[in-house]
Amino acid sequence: MNWDWGAVRDFMPQFWEGLLVTLQALVLGSLISFVLGLVWTLLMRTPSRWVRWPVGVFTEFVRNTPLLVQLFFLFYVLPEWGLTFSALTTGVFAIGLHYSTYTMQVYRAGIEAVPAGQWEAATALSLPTARTWQVVILPQAIRRVVPALGNYVISMLKDTPLLMAITVLDMLGQARLFSQEHFRFTEPLTVIGVAFVLVSYLASVLLRTLERRLVR
Amino acid sequence: MTSGLWELVLTGTWTTVQLLVLSALLAAVVSFVVGIARTHRLWIVRFAAGFYTEVFRGTSALVMIFWVFFVLPPAFGWQLVPLWAGTLALGLTYGAYGSEIVRGALNSVDPAQREGGIALSFTPWQRMRLILLPQAVPEMIPPFSNLLVELLKGTALVSIMGMGDLAFSGNLVRLALQESTEIYTYVLLIYFVIAFLLTRVMRGLEHRLKAGVAR
Repeated sequence: MNWDWGAVRDFMPQFWEGLLVTLQALVLGSLISFVLGLVWTLLMRTPSRWVRWPVGVFTEFVRNTPLLVQLFFLFYVLPEWGLTFSALTTGVFAIGLHYSTYTMQVYRAGIEAVPAGQWEAATALSLPTARTWQVVILPQAIRRVVPALGNYVISMLKDTPLLMAITVLDMLGQARLFSQEHFRFTEPLTVIGVAFVLVSYLASVLLRTLERRLVR
Repeated sequence: MTSGLWELVLTGTWTTVQLLVLSALLAAVVSFVVGIARTHRLWIVRFAAGFYTEVFRGTSALVMIFWVFFVLPPAFGWQLVPLWAGTLALGLTYGAYGSEIVRGALNSVDPAQREGGIALSFTPWQRMRLILLPQAVPEMIPPFSNLLVELLKGTALVSIMGMGDLAFSGNLVRLALQESTEIYTYVLLIYFVIAFLLTRVMRGLEHRLKAGVAR
């Protein structure tokens, strides 16, 4: 094993750029998955079978197929349909969409965990449906789902390197670029491996703090 | 699509299935070894197993694959056949997730069962084999079923290394046809069918295993 600290130093400027892209993808992807997941959950609770069935089939399909192939699909198919986005936008949307099918399950469990009495009380107060969701159900449900959502944020972090496959220069993309130019693989790959462990550790600490705040 | 292109897709599907089976076997071994080690009475064994889990769950599977393909060869002089390199990276990563399932299921067995084993002066290994595992394994099946689907989706990652799996052959066909919608729809459907079959098989297995345990 020949480890070269010089290569680590040379890699650093590219590493920071990559880290920034990775974090950007993570934050935006998480936001999309949180919002879309809630949308799916609410759609699945509508009385109409014509809404529930397609949403159910679609989300089941997205959940059970590889994110990588979905990335390729969006990256190559959307332009064929006349929609052109940057690689990062496509990638962030794909990650958000993929994980929305997971967060949807989390929300569903959270909503089902709200005691039936809360619904009944809302009915007794003759709150309109929208208001019931807004002030009674969702505030209680969201509090319960934060830990599970946090787990998916960390999963998303570990899926961001896939964006490299559609030419996004995230951490792994930069590491690959660097290794092709300097023909050194060990240093950049180890650096980003350690960075992943550190970021996911920091994220889990942050999430635990947030959890404690919310549950209090 | 011409028959030649279909053949390519089928070869890719076969590679994906092989990779899935091999890495699932490795992941199962890792899950049980590490998962059981996490309930060991020596703290150093528990610590080592916990460390393994944290490292492999903390890094991305794709980064792991890059590492096995590019860092192992010059560092240790090992050049692995792509199928084995993919198996190693996926098996070790998903095994780390599996070890948490094993640990959780072992911990969920009623403590009185363990005490019963002690009272009968079973050795720790006998307790594990005759009392704990038969009750814990059926509990592990549903989470393992999810993990297996995750692993199936993870196999697509090796296509980035140029291994001819389903995702890779999908890309080749796209280059040949210039018709992305069609080919990627087929590829996604094939993955979906495999995932569906996997969950079915696991559900059957769960029924069988639970039939043997009195509750």
